[in-house]
Amino acid sequence: MDLQTLTFLFVGATFAIYIGIAFWARAGSTSEFYVAGGGIHPVANGMATAADWMSAASFISMAGLIAFYGYGGSVFLMGWTGGYVLLAMLLAPYLRKHGSFTVPEFISDRYYSKTARVVAVICLIIASVTYVIGQMKGIGVAFSRFLEVDYSTGLVTGMVIVAFYAVMGGMKGITYTQIAQYVIMIIAYTIPAIFISFMLTGNPIPQLGLGSEMADGTYLLDKLDQVVMQLGFAEYTTQARLSATNMFVYTLSLMIGTAGLPHVIMRFFTVKSVKAARESAGWALVFIAILYTTAPAVAAMARLNLMTTIDQPNAEQNLAYADRPAWFKNWEKTGLLKFEDKNNDGLISYVGDKKANEMVKVDRDIMVLANPEIAGLPNWVIAIVAAGGLAAALSTAAGLLLAIASSISHDLLKGVWRPNISEKEELKYSRLSMIGAILIAGYYGFNPPDFAAGTVALAFGLAASSIFPALMMGIFSKKMNKEGAIAGMLSGIGITLLYVFQHKGIMFVKSTSFLGDMDPNWFLGIEPNAFGAIGAVVNFAVAFFVMSRTAKVPAEVEQMVENIRVPASN
Amino acid sequence: MTNNNYWKANIALIIKCLTIWFVVSYLFGIVFVDALNTIKLGGYKLGFWFAQQGSIYTFVILIFYYAKSMGKIDKEFGVDEK
Repeated sequence: MDLQTLTFLFVGATFAIYIGIAFWARAGSTSEFYVAGGGIHPVANGMATAADWMSAASFISMAGLIAFYGYGGSVFLMGWTGGYVLLAMLLAPYLRKHGSFTVPEFISDRYYSKTARVVAVICLIIASVTYVIGQMKGIGVAFSRFLEVDYSTGLVTGMVIVAFYAVMGGMKGITYTQIAQYVIMIIAYTIPAIFISFMLTGNPIPQLGLGSEMADGTYLLDKLDQVVMQLGFAEYTTQARLSATNMFVYTLSLMIGTAGLPHVIMRFFTVKSVKAARESAGWALVFIAILYTTAPAVAAMARLNLMTTIDQPNAEQNLAYADRPAWFKNWEKTGLLKFEDKNNDGLISYVGDKKANEMVKVDRDIMVLANPEIAGLPNWVIAIVAAGGLAAALSTAAGLLLAIASSISHDLLKGVWRPNISEKEELKYSRLSMIGAILIAGYYGFNPPDFAAGTVALAFGLAASSIFPALMMGIFSKKMNKEGAIAGMLSGIGITLLYVFQHKGIMFVKSTSFLGDMDPNWFLGIEPNAFGAIGAVVNFAVAFFVMSRTAKVPAEVEQMVENIRVPASN
Repeated sequence: MTNNNYWKANIALIIKCLTIWFVVSYLFGIVFVDALNTIKLGGYKLGFWFAQQGSIYTFVILIFYYAKSMGKIDKEFGVDEK
């Protein structure tokens, strides 16, 4: 069967599964809609959390980034996993004990303040909407490349599917769908990795293959270092991302940001108990780690395969443009791969020197998708990868949409504007706000803003500099009062926004960046994407300073903190 | 007072776990990476291995260790969920 038929078959089958699950897991109450009734098994919840967390960025982009940044790409690997350690120990169990439906609800209870709740809702919506836009774009691109339908048809199909199971099932439907999506995603990611690892090193386990010898007796990583350095690129296993300081702060920002992202935190409201919340964080990380420890192998092997397909030890034997393989032609059509015959010899020369390099564009995002084709794997493997990429984008989009919808219906509507609303009405409004959120996300999918990539920095920066410190202080400091928390959140977001905007432009309009986006102007050489950790430090400092000069926390709030610290009262 | 001691035990455990968390990722993976890279683990340079593999495995173990130890501490102080 040809690739397109196979892809239609695989993608169609997975969509049928998602719709089937949606019928089976309809939500009847607000508790089922927001937190799946609070009875999901920790392993199942861990799997759903993993699917929720791993977006199109993890599935499609991450290995591509590592392939080109080498060791410098480690910030994503450590940063996007280490946050779960913080979640498991500093947030999840206590938030579960408190038993709220949403993150702003906890902040409002703990800081006895509707202002704090509204500030939290704003941070949450900005962070989540940014993320959803990225997923929608991923859905459109995956469809247009693999099903050869146009971008808009792909996007609308994706929107309809998400709308169907998320609106109908709420958290309950999303959780069970995400479990199915995790399975599809992980199969799609590991099968090509196993094939390629076996072909290159004879070891089918990618994590071990990356540290193994190739047929000629040299270690794969040594070989890769040697190949890329000969061609004038930086050494793969040691190239740092700017500086050690920058990598340190970047990793910390991603970890704190992970622990502060509302759609991830919400997942721990769905388990039975405090004990289950702790374990569930562990299971989530197990399921994430399967993909995250495979990614470095995919990255290094894809890079090696790409370089050795094009460049030969003797440059006169380099791949001739006329003989380029089918994958090369396919990706050229998308504009993500470009060749320019600078020296007119008809041969492709892919080297580190910018002037001589003839591969003028190799988009990093194509690496994972093109990898099986470059390695010459069978068509059905490529079709599975397409279904996996869609599963990654859909599962994350659904989780984010729920976070947005619940903060509108539960926090703003029921919490602030109309406290007397009935459960049935609230459920109706949460479904309506979800449809609204899907339409807004779809609008941006059709008109992707230029700043979509830049705003990911903002999403993590916001979560790291506002939500995480507010939650952590709410649990670990009985004395933290509402004045301190609100001042902390505002100054944390404020300084992060200022730093991102001054280098990347106000609201990401490039011409308004008054300091320019280049490293000599960066504070301690820290790139804007990595600034969340600094924002968090400012948040903590300001909060404690303001707390020391304002009114004490009411006694009943202190009692509440005592209460969330223990799993059950004795 | 039981709750107070329970909380102290929890904090002590968290500090222990987060110290290991910090050492494997920030120290082994970033600060001392060059020194560790002189040692080899199969085809991996050790610092590189910690940054791209080892830290992640350690994180997983840490969470389960914390969950299990907290389970014991919960029981010891009689605050476990029945």
